Amino acid sequence: MEIPYTVQPRPDTGLYNAKVGIWLFLASEVMLFGALFSSYILLRVGAPEGYWPHGWLNVPVGTCNTLVLITSSITTVMAWASLKMNQFNRFKFYHACTICLALAFVCIKSYEYHDKFTHYEIILNNGHILDGHLRESTPDHVVISGHAVEDPKELYDLHAVKNPPKHEEITVLRSDIKKMERYGPWHNTYLAIYFTLTGLHALHVIGGALVIGFLWGPGSKLWHTDPERFTNRIEISGLFWHFVDLVWIFLFPVLYLL
Amino acid sequence: MSAHTTHAGSTSTAQPHVDEHFSHHVRRYLFVFYALLFGTLITVGASYIPFGNREINIAVALAIAIAKASLVACYFMHLISERKMIYGILGFTAFFFIGLMFLTLWSFSDNPHNTITH
Repeated sequence: MEIPYTVQPRPDTGLYNAKVGIWLFLASEVMLFGALFSSYILLRVGAPEGYWPHGWLNVPVGTCNTLVLITSSITTVMAWASLKMNQFNRFKFYHACTICLALAFVCIKSYEYHDKFTHYEIILNNGHILDGHLRESTPDHVVISGHAVEDPKELYDLHAVKNPPKHEEITVLRSDIKKMERYGPWHNTYLAIYFTLTGLHALHVIGGALVIGFLWGPGSKLWHTDPERFTNRIEISGLFWHFVDLVWIFLFPVLYLL
Repeated sequence: MSAHTTHAGSTSTAQPHVDEHFSHHVRRYLFVFYALLFGTLITVGASYIPFGNREINIAVALAIAIAKASLVACYFMHLISERKMIYGILGFTAFFFIGLMFLTLWSFSDNPHNTITH
């Protein structure tokens, strides 16, 4: 059975069906991310004074990822424009770039996640706090590259710290440790919402890259039999990809800079 | 197939006109791309400027983000010249999104800082 209106616009909407479908899907995505942004606002406003983290994320790395995603947006739209101009090889080139940029984004994000999962806050039996990255772990001791924390509040606003503490290798006996917790989503509400928002966004990047990868590879055979329909598929996948970029445009300042 | 080979079945006398039309679009896309790069650098730069209080920094960063998002939506997603149906869908989305944010702002009066306890 032929699927109707894959190329020709439906008389009542003036659009081919997939375009209406993707915009309805994106509308639901706006509400999904909107709910999470709303949660972020509530958590931030509800946090006690001085206990909302600032400067916990690496701004140059985040900026780099923003530039990667923006560049992938232009390659996506150029891929579609190339098909409109009947330049299939150019389409292949631009979409190969998009896939590489998507992979680069995920790799950079993984590096950031790894940094957080190897970062520990250690509370000793005597009440002192140590903060740093795990270097070695044995059954009787751990070694971190970090510093002793004078005031727990100084861990929260890293922008406010005038003289950043010098990091050194510190060996701690496990018997001296009261609590040792990595900077995972369970550490505090900031990291919980950070991992939720960026994790969901990363899943969208991976999903989008898989679709674009299919259309670049085996799916591109359609160009030879039904070029207009194939071009429409590229437009639809592109709309999703631009939405993913659009979400990141808000995530970056909200999580990294403010 | 070479980069400029016309696909079988899709040739038409209108193709040069189409190419010219899309070349114009491509120039526009590149302009938007440069604007987005510039906007990103401005966002990072502005975050290091102490405007007096954090609220102003938040407002500036969100204003730049909205401008960048508008460029992506209008030009890359072609919302600047879309059909009424799409505007209708987005109108409903905007209504519910603003409603959600309104509910969030409304709930501020009930946050732990402002709650009166006896």
